[in-house]
Amino acid sequence: MKKLSQPIVELVGISKWFGVVQALQNVDFRLFPGEVHALVGENGAGKSTLVKILAGIYKPDAGVMKVGGEVVELRSPTQAQALGIAVVQQEPMLFPDLDVAENVFMGRHPRDRFGRVDWKRMHREVDQLLASLDVTLSSHTPVQGLSVAEQQLVEIAKALSLRARVLVLDEPTAALSSHEVDELFAIVKQLRGRGVAVLFVSHRLEEVFAIADRLTVFRDGTHIITAPVSEMTTEEIIKHMVGRELSNLYPKSEAEVGEVVLEVRQLTRPGVFADVSFQLRRCEILGFAGLVGAGRTEVARVLFGIDRAESGEIWLKGKQVRVRSPQQAMEYGIAYVPEDRHLQGLVMNFSIAANVTLAILPQVSRLGLLDPRREQKIAGEYSSQLSIRSSGVEQLVSALSGGNQQKVVLSKWLATNPSVLILDEPTRGIDVGAKAEVHRIISDLAARGLAIILISSELPEVLAMADRVLVLHEGRVTGTFTRSEATQERVMFAATGQDR
Amino acid sequence: MTTTSSEVEPAKQRGQPGQARLLGLVSRVRELGLLAVLLFIVLIVGIQAPRFLSINNFVQILLSVAILAIVAVGETLVVLTRNVDLSVGSMVGFTAFVTAYFFKELPHSNLLLGILLGCALGLGLGMINGLIVSFGRVPAIVATLGTLYAYRGLVFIFASNTTSQVNASDVPGGYLALATTQILGIPALILIAAVVAVIVGYFLHASQSGRQLYAVGSNPEAANMIGIRAHRLVFAAFAASGLLCGLAGVLWGARFGTVDATNATGLELQVIAAVVVGGVNIFGGSGTVQGAVLGAVVLGTLENALNILNVSQFWLQAIYGAAIIGAVVLDAFITRWLQRAILSRRKKA
Repeated sequence: MKKLSQPIVELVGISKWFGVVQALQNVDFRLFPGEVHALVGENGAGKSTLVKILAGIYKPDAGVMKVGGEVVELRSPTQAQALGIAVVQQEPMLFPDLDVAENVFMGRHPRDRFGRVDWKRMHREVDQLLASLDVTLSSHTPVQGLSVAEQQLVEIAKALSLRARVLVLDEPTAALSSHEVDELFAIVKQLRGRGVAVLFVSHRLEEVFAIADRLTVFRDGTHIITAPVSEMTTEEIIKHMVGRELSNLYPKSEAEVGEVVLEVRQLTRPGVFADVSFQLRRCEILGFAGLVGAGRTEVARVLFGIDRAESGEIWLKGKQVRVRSPQQAMEYGIAYVPEDRHLQGLVMNFSIAANVTLAILPQVSRLGLLDPRREQKIAGEYSSQLSIRSSGVEQLVSALSGGNQQKVVLSKWLATNPSVLILDEPTRGIDVGAKAEVHRIISDLAARGLAIILISSELPEVLAMADRVLVLHEGRVTGTFTRSEATQERVMFAATGQDR
Repeated sequence: MTTTSSEVEPAKQRGQPGQARLLGLVSRVRELGLLAVLLFIVLIVGIQAPRFLSINNFVQILLSVAILAIVAVGETLVVLTRNVDLSVGSMVGFTAFVTAYFFKELPHSNLLLGILLGCALGLGLGMINGLIVSFGRVPAIVATLGTLYAYRGLVFIFASNTTSQVNASDVPGGYLALATTQILGIPALILIAAVVAVIVGYFLHASQSGRQLYAVGSNPEAANMIGIRAHRLVFAAFAASGLLCGLAGVLWGARFGTVDATNATGLELQVIAAVVVGGVNIFGGSGTVQGAVLGAVVLGTLENALNILNVSQFWLQAIYGAAIIGAVVLDAFITRWLQRAILSRRKKA
């Protein structure tokens, strides 16, 4: 790699807050022409925030950004593009109704001397661009129906047509087959040869070793290290990635685990996860660890009857069951608290009481009509049990804090009197104090006999709360650890698919 | 830079230009399919009732859909951007009444002045729609439902303060001649509609703004990412729809001569039917002016055929509805088939 003396992009002291959460803290970062620079880190390390700042989508709250040595202040994606920064998002942003050529040139069509769109020239130029990338995707192909890999090619062709000097690939391989990854890498190498600076965001370490020249590790929004990839080992990288703060967590109280409540055998949903097997006991918290896209939520959705598995068995209290719908799952005593409480868990403009009893309407109804007194009574019980802070159970959920909203969702599912409780990212987006409280509640619930699956992207949370940890990597179980065996390094090794 | 050929070999299997062109053609199949449906109707009805096949009858059909087609062209611009204009019937009614009244009161005024007045009025009404939708951020279906009633209300107020009805005998012959004049044996009304369709169709195909209209409807977020000003385009689409309704209103008055405050009531439903049957995606991003015009012609032909076959008016409505649903189902079917074709093509690769 030939390194020019001047970086094409330089970030100095960049910080970014989202409310009270600081996504990036005083980050320095330099990207040179002709290098492939990998950016790695755990979920929530600040990778995506950095990408969005480079793309002109987010404005940093502090710090300086230089492009080609000049200080710039990006106000829009268009401005970033004009400066030669092209970003290929995880899911490419294209126009499905239009063909490849127009997707490359939308907004800046080649035009003839009368100002008319020059279709011939546009198609010719796009065909040449694609040919120069050694792909024979035709410029006439409608984008609707293209694979993610092909859509990325369209984005890359667009970047080339803009004469981009910086190409940012945000988790580009997440939805690609291994063959498509090889094709993409061939193109990335070619671009590097042309002097393009490539920022490659990924959590697949084997790919980092295969393609990157240098690597930067982020953790908790801070820059940890930048070094040539050849000087790093997998162990070292993982050591830098993990090690987040363990403070402010409420560890699970030790409880004697009981008999097996749920057993899953070789559960498979093709293309999503395969051969997932585990047992879950009374009073036990089983943590699901893994990186984004590992298939944790997908397993939960099958257990709750939202999606269907193609093969495999689910056994509940010693009986094999088929869960065909969420209604059925609830009848079996399975409750699922989804990740996005706004979209899936709560009706924001309903009261606390109405939300808590939403899943048990028959119980609070008399002759098919709602009985507000019963509704309030049940809601009141949970409200005090989980100490929901409100002006009363008639208060609208939209007026509650994130932590209290989460408690309302929990109440709603506890009201169904489940024996298996699946919690998907229960503390995402709530503040530290509320987090500790949610942890205490989860721990209490387990102590009272519930069998709990805890899905969390925060490794410290999983390690503190779970009796056992099941690690998934790209839809497969790559490790099961007991509480004493589980360390951040071990789990991260399994989560990144490394063999120990 | 050298790339080993083995690394990129599999890529060579997919997306051959020939196949791509074929798929591009399939995406135009809605218009081809519509043409086939049209020919089918003509053949079947022609066998049953030979007088259906006369040149005169075809001219009658085209005359009956000319105004509808002009409005449908404007509606297409709006629908392409993922919006809808429900107020077209009221805008046509408004401009028709005002234009006719203008000629009644000032029979000796310049013909062109009256036409421009109608068009300007339509443009103004369309701009109000555009302002409400793109800058007031009111969903188009709500905003234009509101203006559908508001504009119609204004016509009634205007009529109650002036004259409840303008009769054909009240307006100068020059105005009425707009609808009856023939140029090279073709009625002017049909020519005007054709010219409008060709101009707007060409604009959509060959101008930067026309292409951006598709982009906004196809993926608003992506359009925003590359700096397309969706607000302005949506505003312009509504304004253009209003302008074309103005023109349609002028022609409406000339064609029917006698207009009152209720004229062109319910036209919006026929217009949207034509647009949808013509293969313009109601969710924006795809479709053409040619398609919308063809949709109008198919519906007009269907109506004419059913009349000639002495089918009752009640059946007419039901068959109309069936045609609309059939077109949309066909559309969904083709889209799915297209996706499956691409998928299997990829599997083979």
